[in-house]
Amino acid sequence: MRLTDLLAGDGWKRLLYPPLGIALALILWHWVCVQFGISTTVLPKPGLVLDAAIARRALLAAESWVTFKETVYGFVLALALGVPIAVAITASKTLNLMFAPLLIALQSVPKVALAPILLVWLGTGIESKLAIAWLVAFFPIVVDTAAGLQSTPRELLELARSLRASRWQIFSKVQFPAALPYIVTGSKVAVTLAVIGAVIGEFVGSSEGLGYLLLTATSQIDSPLAFAALFALAALGILVYLAVVAAEWLLAPLLPPAADRRD
Amino acid sequence: MSFGVLERVRKEFLRPGRTVPMVAIDEASFAFEEGELVALLGPSGCGKTTLLRIIAGLIQKTSGSVRIRGEEVDAPHPDFGFVFQTPNLMPWRNVLDNVLFPMEILRRRDAAAKSRALELLEMTGLIEFEQARPHQLSGGMQQRVALCRALIHEPALLLMDEPFGALDELTRMEMNDLLLDIRARTRATLVFVTHSISEAIYLSDQVLVFSKRPARIAEHIRVELPYPRSAPTRYVPQFTALERRASRALGVLHEPADAAH
Repeated sequence: MRLTDLLAGDGWKRLLYPPLGIALALILWHWVCVQFGISTTVLPKPGLVLDAAIARRALLAAESWVTFKETVYGFVLALALGVPIAVAITASKTLNLMFAPLLIALQSVPKVALAPILLVWLGTGIESKLAIAWLVAFFPIVVDTAAGLQSTPRELLELARSLRASRWQIFSKVQFPAALPYIVTGSKVAVTLAVIGAVIGEFVGSSEGLGYLLLTATSQIDSPLAFAALFALAALGILVYLAVVAAEWLLAPLLPPAADRRD
Repeated sequence: MSFGVLERVRKEFLRPGRTVPMVAIDEASFAFEEGELVALLGPSGCGKTTLLRIIAGLIQKTSGSVRIRGEEVDAPHPDFGFVFQTPNLMPWRNVLDNVLFPMEILRRRDAAAKSRALELLEMTGLIEFEQARPHQLSGGMQQRVALCRALIHEPALLLMDEPFGALDELTRMEMNDLLLDIRARTRATLVFVTHSISEAIYLSDQVLVFSKRPARIAEHIRVELPYPRSAPTRYVPQFTALERRASRALGVLHEPADAAH
């Protein structure tokens, strides 16, 4: 949607109301702090959080960058491995029978519980965070890609088969394009999960990243900094999600209209 | 020797947990000449679609023989075109690219293919929608695109599975005339499945009426009405008589055989 479309008719409400909602929430927050005399340690006033964010901006930026890298690497790796694995288990009945139950079983393991083990294996560096981010992002991508590949209309496959299409032609011209909207949907879920994965990894054992900053700030009873880290984390989550939305927008010529899609 | 010959085609499906297989088609024998239009008419789910898929080589028959131009069909043949009950266009491709899909698979997507695609779109009144995406078209228009897609590689035999079954009555009649027009121009041989008695008679040189499952040929009707046919054809006494004969064979009209005369 273009800006001019937004501003036409009721469009100005779309632009004005969200910031208004945020402003109201901040005012309420501030009012609660003052009215009930809540100590800064428990809940710092929004102004104090902003002060902390500005004063420690270099630290916040550096730690955000670490968490951002862990998230992106984990997500990209999940995409790079998840899609081919989904292709393999949908293309081969044998692989499907062998590994689909295993994948479902693995998916039901709480990935957070694996964090300490991964830390033992991979150490406290970026590798273990990346592994956890990868692990949580991997399953939605595999599951959605597999669902997408299996959703290809049978008639389209028959049409391709009736023309004696090769397996590669069937995959590249029919199955994969049909699965693309599902892969995008899976990626949206996966990228937000990857942020969570990275932070959990930092909680369990790390010397950098926003999760680590959050832990150290709370242990030093520096609540304004902890809250600032929390906001940085939220911003990071929104940023990576928007990156996937941007990718979706670039792929738009290949995707069916939004009304036909699941999400 | 006829263009297409079917001899005692039988298809059984194994049912899970049962020892006796289900017979979908039995003793299906008929022949058709090049350029003929043949309708397989029968109640829904009687097995006529299965027979069409066997002719297309998409599924294997249990026994019997299907020969097209003297060759036994046991696998899909790129010289056949197929139209499904629903258009099944690719939502990620525009109309022109959908029509050209078979040429891509056959590795013949060139300038000649494109000009033929445009010619077909012109013939079916879709030339203005060349760049449109399928969701922007009505059901009837989408099925016309599917028809162009089936014709793009100039198949010797066009197989259609209830191609107009999902359309409303008026669109269906328009599509019937369009099909006759296309057939007159391309001289394609056509075999199609329908459960509409009037559609079967209006379009075809011969109509094979199938009984309920297992599908057996209950009646073989030769339609001697001259082409080109148009709306008035539907009201000539001969047309009505043929409809009556088909209805009796389908078991929807109960009257003694001589009542028609």
